[in-house]
Amino acid sequence: MNTQSNAVTSPPLESRPEAPEVISETQRLYWAVRRELWENRSIYLAPLAASAVFLLGFVVSTLHLPSRMRTSGQGGDYLREFMLQSCGFAALVLMGTMIIVAIFYCLDALHSERRDRSILFWKSLPVSDLTTVLSKALVAVVLLPLFVFAMTCALWFVMVSFSSVVLLVRGTSVATISSQLSIFQLLPPLLYHLLGIHGFWYAPVYGWLLLVSSWARRAPFLWATLPPLAIGVVEKIAFNTSYFAGMLSHVLSVGMDDRMQSKASGMSAILIPRLGVGQFLASPGLWVGLVVTAIFLAVAVRLRRSQGPI
Amino acid sequence: MACIEARGLRKSFGTTMALDGVNLQIEEGRILGLIGPNGAGKTTALNAILGLTPYQGELRVLGRDPWTERDQLMRDVCFIADVAVLPRWIKVSQALDYVAGVHPRFDRAKAESFLAKTSIRQGNKVRELSKGMVTQLHVALIMAIDAKLLVLDEPTLGLDILYRKQFYDSLLNDYYDRSRTIVVATHQVDEIQNVLTDVMFIHRGRIVFTCSMEEFESRYLEVMVNPDQLVEARAHKPMHERQVIGRSILIFDLKPNHVDRQQLAALGEARTPSVADLFVAVLGNHLGPAQGVAL
Repeated sequence: MNTQSNAVTSPPLESRPEAPEVISETQRLYWAVRRELWENRSIYLAPLAASAVFLLGFVVSTLHLPSRMRTSGQGGDYLREFMLQSCGFAALVLMGTMIIVAIFYCLDALHSERRDRSILFWKSLPVSDLTTVLSKALVAVVLLPLFVFAMTCALWFVMVSFSSVVLLVRGTSVATISSQLSIFQLLPPLLYHLLGIHGFWYAPVYGWLLLVSSWARRAPFLWATLPPLAIGVVEKIAFNTSYFAGMLSHVLSVGMDDRMQSKASGMSAILIPRLGVGQFLASPGLWVGLVVTAIFLAVAVRLRRSQGPI
Repeated sequence: MACIEARGLRKSFGTTMALDGVNLQIEEGRILGLIGPNGAGKTTALNAILGLTPYQGELRVLGRDPWTERDQLMRDVCFIADVAVLPRWIKVSQALDYVAGVHPRFDRAKAESFLAKTSIRQGNKVRELSKGMVTQLHVALIMAIDAKLLVLDEPTLGLDILYRKQFYDSLLNDYYDRSRTIVVATHQVDEIQNVLTDVMFIHRGRIVFTCSMEEFESRYLEVMVNPDQLVEARAHKPMHERQVIGRSILIFDLKPNHVDRQQLAALGEARTPSVADLFVAVLGNHLGPAQGVAL
């Protein structure tokens, strides 16, 4: 039962030099992230497309801006309000796009490589399951919000430039035009909102989606959404309580109760921080969520390890 | 040090035993053909060796436990688990970048010179390539990796004869250097017969036959017996007999019979049997004559 007795005794033809080059885990993570961006071009194409569509609408509306400013009779204030509304809406459009992209990205991330059998190729290379899963979580939690932030900055800049040109051509005073620059004060709270809320606060959601994506053999979307719904329904029927549903809505509403939410409404509400940065970092909800995320990701790593193609 | 060592390797899926106590030892520098019918446990055995599936029993690959030490092991082990598993969206240049980025033993220049001999361009995406070209790309990537163990599971399934020939030629000429170990599992036995240094038959989760090719050639003899000498030939206890266009072909195992090769050769036309024929002979004995074996 062995081939030992038949071993050819000739030594290796040449002693190959041991490759001394070491590739750090950080480098592997970098390449794993590059792979995600190559594979999922919707990560940047979708926000770009949303920006383009939004810009089209904005251009048309801005062409009428000078006449509307004149009829309103309060040039600077009208302009500031108009830009606040427009930029707020622009941020909202990009954010909505980001949420959709992130959900579908996470659900597909560990599923598509099993579906197209390419997992057999990825696993033939020295990139661990941990690095792979981390790279996917990193894309959803950090890179996507950062990219959408950069996209929003660029979009606002183009919007302000365009309206300035239109107003200058129509002879509006520079002082009035410059009043719209105040919009850029909203960039820091926007970054905080995108990275803090959409990234880290919602991290357990992405963790859950990645877990389902690594586990489900088919229809990961249904597996991700129906079981939580079922738990809520069963709990309601069996015990007439809704702790589970309450917990979910607590997570999704960023720990705000209805009273606090109603205070901030309207288009620009999203840009006004609901919690101060310090308050946010000190909130137990954030840290519990991150621990839950770590657990979900650890399970996803274990699942990817033993899962083959489907 | 043995490259792969298994003792009592077991793996079951539900009530089916995919591996039923496999013992094997593969020394460094061998090219082993792992041959078996569908569902014999070939892929399961290779998956266990590659750390893709958990198992019971003892298994060491390059001195490591492939399941618990998979991440370290994959720096020295490479595999092509199936044809056309390269992701369809990837560009050839991206695949080169990626492997170069994550694998310390990847020689990009070697992969590029290999690709230069094909009609694959760096700007191509995998989805634009034919099945044969995808395999060429995969081979170019894998062969440029200086691995100690290369595992190939049906690497040429579904490819035409030209690509299959090319595949094994480059495996021998450009890759094999006697310090590397190669394990090939395949159905297309005859094509790799002259590539192998060792051959191993697996059946129902067990290794039923193992032999080096030198021993194979000296030990087994196939004789197309002259019709008038058939009775005499049968007296030498052939391990297998089959009829081809009215003539009987007998396979002899010379070792336990103590029969002289010359003596048997005088009974008809003698030659070394093909691995496929010996496979049928060995498995035929295991199954009894009623059950056929499809290769």
